Amino acid sequence: MLKKRIIPCLDIKDGRTVKGVNFVDLRDAGDPVALAKTYVEQGADELVFLDITATLENRNARKGMIEKIAAAINIPFTVGGGVRSVEDARMMIQAGADKVSVNSAAVKQPELIAEMAQEFGSQCVVVAVDTKLTGDNWMVYVNGGRNATPHKTLDWCKKVEQLGAGEILLTSMNNDGTKKGFAIDITQAIAAAVNIPVIASGGAGNKEHFKEIFTHSQATGGLAASIFHFGEVSIIDLKHYLKEKGIPIR
Amino acid sequence: MIAIVKYNAGNIGSVKNALHRLNCSCVITDDPKELQAADKVIFPGVGEAQSAMEYLKKHQLVDTIKGLTNPVLGICLGLQLMCSHSEENDTECLGIFKNRIRLFPSTDIVPHMGWNNFDSLRSQLFRGVKTKDDVYFVHSYYAERSQYTIATANYILPFSAALQRDNFYAVQFHPEKSAGIGGQILTNFLSL
Repeated sequence: MLKKRIIPCLDIKDGRTVKGVNFVDLRDAGDPVALAKTYVEQGADELVFLDITATLENRNARKGMIEKIAAAINIPFTVGGGVRSVEDARMMIQAGADKVSVNSAAVKQPELIAEMAQEFGSQCVVVAVDTKLTGDNWMVYVNGGRNATPHKTLDWCKKVEQLGAGEILLTSMNNDGTKKGFAIDITQAIAAAVNIPVIASGGAGNKEHFKEIFTHSQATGGLAASIFHFGEVSIIDLKHYLKEKGIPIR
Repeated sequence: MIAIVKYNAGNIGSVKNALHRLNCSCVITDDPKELQAADKVIFPGVGEAQSAMEYLKKHQLVDTIKGLTNPVLGICLGLQLMCSHSEENDTECLGIFKNRIRLFPSTDIVPHMGWNNFDSLRSQLFRGVKTKDDVYFVHSYYAERSQYTIATANYILPFSAALQRDNFYAVQFHPEKSAGIGGQILTNFLSL
């Protein structure tokens, strides 16, 4: 049986993990490679690295970092942040990323999704969608959630599937950082409407939240950052708990 | 020396990284002599069947691969190319295994992406591997089951997770991305 995926997300700035990391057993908690290896040992099913600097100047540093991660870990990983062209994606894939995520650039130029799918295959193309409940509608936001767009989230997700996205990483801005649980309604609305995997993100604060999202939505994965970094939820405990609750888990 | 078949498919670097983690040196090559002389050959790949077959034909790799007598391990697209025919753009493949490659029916999410287990393991390739162990799959097309099937996985329907005929082995999942279990399977192949 296909298992639900537990996915820690590492935000990287100038080659270092940010958002705070509190691992007692890590000599250098800011080193993304060391942190990634720790998560792999604990049973993470996949990793996501978001480079929040992502400027042209640090392109080479970034390539070097992806190469280091690829050499060190033996599970799949996605890299994202500032991807604007097929060439950006090519660099990341050649450096060893299994998947590349696009967000704002895909909204600005949706054909980028199709071009990436054509060039590398849909399985490499993750479209990250930041969504916020605005009035009665879940709407798409870009540029780190700073700018609204005219796209309704459901319509946009259907469109990215048509264009060739292989996976949707759906972050609810209403839930992100609250630790009150994932946005079950919009996650399920999207998961039911598309036939590609949907990863739920934003709001995880405890083990029960993962059980809720996997019980009440067809999301195939759950992503979180700080609760793992600060050791509030350990991946080992989380997976053990979900297995006990009958959720298919590796 | 392990040779990795060089062609126009992605993911070749991941296999190289995995071999390095197992302290195993390798060369990435499309030179028939190097492939024939290698202790083992790995035929990896992520990509599309038709363009991959065109590349193999253009670089005289079709007969080279079919004629190899050393142990060969196809991975993912490599497995599919080793079968007789793929529905992906109606592509004639190498025909090492007489299996057909078909598109998953869209009754569930396609691609089959993530960790899944397999059963009916029957090969030295799976020494130390249990049927409840999970490996990482990413594919939209699958190999039907046949006499060559040495592991079966279930997603939408039962399909060949691994195939073997004589010196030719192939796995649909990615051992290079399947954590410790994947490492075990690669180690088993390397010690054949």
